[in-house]
Amino acid sequence: MSNNIKINVCMGTGGIAAGGDEVMAAFDLELRKAGLEADVEKHCAVHRVGCRGFCARDVLVDVSVDDVRTTYQYIKADMVPRLVEEHIIGGVPVEDWVVGQDYHDFHDRQEKVVLADCGQIDPEDIQAYLDVDGYKGIVKALSEMSPAEVIECVKASGLKGRGGAGFPTGMKWQFCAANKSDRKYVICNADEGDPGAFMDRSVIEGNPHAVIEGMSIAAYAIGAAEGYVYIRAEYPLAVERLHKALSQARAHGFLGKAIHGTSFDFDIKVKLGAGAFVCGEETALIASIEGQRGMPRAKPPFPAAKGLWGKPTVINNVETLANLPFILRKGAEWFASLGSETSKGTKVFALTGKICNTGLIEVPMGIPLKEIIYDIGGGIEGDRLFKAVQTGGPSGGCIPVEHIDLPVDYENLLKVGSMMGSGGMVVLDENDCMVNISKFFLEFTQSESCGKCTPCRIGTKRLLEVLTRITEGKGKKTDIDLLLDMANDIKDTSLCGLGMSAPNPVLSTIKYFRHEYEAHINDKRCPAAVCRSLLTFTVIENLCKGCGMCLRACPAGAITGEKKKPHYIDTSLCVKCGACFDVCKFKSVIKE
Amino acid sequence: MESSMLTKLNTIHSHFNNNGGNIISALQDIQSEFGYIPEDAVYWFSDKTGIPASKFFGVATFYSQFYLKPRGKNIITACCGTACHVKGSDRIIFRLQDELSLAKGEDTTGDGLFTLEKVACVGACSIAPVMLVNQKVYGKMTPDKMVKELKTYEESPSE
Ligand SMILES: Cc1cc2nc3c(=O)[nH]c(=O)nc-3n(C[C@H](O)[C@H](O)[C@H](O)COP(=O)(O)O)c2cc1C
Ligand code: FES
Repeated sequence: MSNNIKINVCMGTGGIAAGGDEVMAAFDLELRKAGLEADVEKHCAVHRVGCRGFCARDVLVDVSVDDVRTTYQYIKADMVPRLVEEHIIGGVPVEDWVVGQDYHDFHDRQEKVVLADCGQIDPEDIQAYLDVDGYKGIVKALSEMSPAEVIECVKASGLKGRGGAGFPTGMKWQFCAANKSDRKYVICNADEGDPGAFMDRSVIEGNPHAVIEGMSIAAYAIGAAEGYVYIRAEYPLAVERLHKALSQARAHGFLGKAIHGTSFDFDIKVKLGAGAFVCGEETALIASIEGQRGMPRAKPPFPAAKGLWGKPTVINNVETLANLPFILRKGAEWFASLGSETSKGTKVFALTGKICNTGLIEVPMGIPLKEIIYDIGGGIEGDRLFKAVQTGGPSGGCIPVEHIDLPVDYENLLKVGSMMGSGGMVVLDENDCMVNISKFFLEFTQSESCGKCTPCRIGTKRLLEVLTRITEGKGKKTDIDLLLDMANDIKDTSLCGLGMSAPNPVLSTIKYFRHEYEAHINDKRCPAAVCRSLLTFTVIENLCKGCGMCLRACPAGAITGEKKKPHYIDTSLCVKCGACFDVCKFKSVIKE
Repeated sequence: MESSMLTKLNTIHSHFNNNGGNIISALQDIQSEFGYIPEDAVYWFSDKTGIPASKFFGVATFYSQFYLKPRGKNIITACCGTACHVKGSDRIIFRLQDELSLAKGEDTTGDGLFTLEKVACVGACSIAPVMLVNQKVYGKMTPDKMVKELKTYEESPSE
C-alpha cells in the first residue's frame, strides 16, 4: 500500500448534520485497527475540511492516494470499514459510492476564488492556510505598498460590496481613509440575515483566515487598529472556528502589535448578534455593537465619517473581505479580468429550493441564469416545470422563465426588478404559489421591521393584511392596485434599506405573475394548489385501496370509510392540513 | 433573592463594568446563566447600575434571542427560512404543534420537556427542510421523521 494517503472529510454544518463527526471517528478507529496510525513510515492523515458547496451529498469524503483523488458521497460511519479495507489497504476504490458525473458537472462550471480553498484545507489549522499562500496578501501590502496604494489596487480591481448594495469597496475605503481621527474601525458584517442564504457562514466555517486577512488589509488601508466581526449567534460552528483562527493568527503574529515588524497594530473582537434582521443594516449593526436596540439612523453621515462610537468606520461583508487576499496577491488586473463589463470578479450564490443540485456555488459575474439552473444546478427536481428564481431574499424579486438567459450581475438583476442581495437564489417550480411567496417575505419583513419609521412599520403590516386576505379567498377587485400603490409609497418614504426594499417581492410577483393574483381574487382559486383556504381535498374512488392510512392521519376525524373500500372526506370537517395527501401511497387524494 | 443567584449576578455585573457597560452582553450573560432573563435579575441590575429597567427590557424585547419566560428542557428550532418554506417546513411545524399538544400562541409543553421555536434560517438551506434539537441539525426532514426523532428525547432527556 502507498505511503502517501490523505483523507478529507467534509465537516461544515451540512457535513456534521449528515454524520461527519461519526465518519471522522470511524476513520480514526479503523485506521488504528489496521495499525496504520502507529506505523510512522506510512503516512496516512485524516483531515477535517469545510464546506465545498455540495452539502446535499454529505458526508463527502475524498480519499487521495499518491495525489490521485477519489470522491465519495453519502458516506455514513458504517461504510468506513469497507473504504479502509478495499481502497486504503487494498488500493481499489469502492466504485459503488464514488460520485457521479453530476458531481463533476456541478463543480466544473464554477469559477472559484473565495471558495477555492473551502473544502480543501483544514479550517482549524493556520498552517493549512499558510500552505496555500495565506497571509501573503497582507504581508505584500505591509512590505511593498502604502495604504493609498492598497486603496488604488482595490479600486482598480473593480470589487463591489457583496453584502447587497454593491457599493465599490475601494471608494468606500478612500472616504474613510480621508477622514482624520485618533481611532478608526473595521467591521466585518457576518449577520447574514437573508433567509435562504448561507455563503458567509460557509466561508467562515471553511476558511476563516481569509476573512481575518481581508480585515487586516482593510485596516491597514484606512488606518484602523481595531476590528469587529458581527456574527449571527445562529452560527455556532462558524463562531467557534473564527475564535480558533483568531488565536492562531495572534500566535503567528498576524494580529497584535507591530505586525510583520512594521508599525501596524491590529486586532479583532467577535460580537454575537442577538437575532434581528435589521442589524445587517450598517447603522443598526453599529448600534447593536454598542449594546443598544439595533435601530438604523438616517444617512448621511455615513459610517465612513461617523460610525462605531462616532469614529470613522468601514463595514464590509464577509465575502467582500474574503476576496481581498486574492486581489492583493494576484493583482487588480487579474480580478478585473473576471466577470462582466460592469461587475467584476465572481459571486457566491446559495442555490436552493426545487433544484436537483442544491448547494453553494461560485460563478463569474455575468454568467447566464440558465447555466446556473440547468448546467450547474442540474435542472428542476422531479422534472417539473421551472417557474421562477427568487434572488435577493426579502429585498429582492422573482425572475420568471422569460428572463432565463439573463446574464447575472448587479445591473441586470436590477433591470428585471430583482437584485443581487447577498446571493440567495431560491428556485421555484410549478407547485409554488407566487402570492404565497410574496406573503411569506412580507411576513418576514413585517416582523423584522424595527418600527422606527412609519412607512415601514405600518406599511408592511397593511401590505401583509391585503396579501393574507387574497390567499384566503377574500381578496377584493381593487386589491392589486392597492398593493401597487402602497408598495411604491413605502419604497419612496422608508428610512432604511429594509423598508425601501420590503415591497420588492410584491412588486415583482405582480409584474410577472399578475394572473396568479387575479385567479386568487376573481376565481377564488390557487393555481399551484398551495393556499390552504382555497383548497378542497377529495379522494378519487377508483384509485383508493381503502388502506386506512389517511383515516389514521386525519387530525379532524373528517375521513370515513371501511377497510378495503374507498374512503370519503367530509369537507365540512376538513381542516385542510394536507396530512391525507401526504400519507396516501396511491396518489388517490387530490387537492385543487 | 437567593444567594446563589446574587453571586452570579455580581459576577455578571463586574463583567459588565469591564465591558464598557454593554447592555446586550449583560443580557446574553444573564440568559446563558439562567436560561432566560428573569425579571428580578433585570430590576437588580437596574438598581445596581442606575440604568432604568425599561432600557434593559427595551433591548431584551428588540432581539429575538432573548426570552423573558423559562424555556423547555429541549429546544426544537424549526427553520422557516425561504428554502425550508418552499420545501414544506410549515407542514412539519403543524405536525409538531399537534404532536406536542401546543395551543395557539404557546411554545412550551405543559411538562416543560420541549419548547418549539421558529427561526429565519439556520444556514443549512441545501439540506432543507431543517430542524434543530438542542443545536443538533436534522436535515431533509419530514413530519414523520421529525416525530420519530423527538421520541429519543422523550425517553432520555438531554442532561
Ligand atoms: C435590512 C438590511 C439588511 C442587511 N443585511 C446584511 C447582511 O446580513 N449582511 C451584509 O453583509 N450586509 C447586509 N446589509 C447591507 C449592509 O448595510 C452594508 O451595505 C454592507 O454590509 C456593506 O458591505 P459591502 O460593501 O462589503 O457589501 C443589509 C442592509 C439592509 C438594509
Ligand atoms: S432556509 Fe432553512 S436553513 Fe436556510
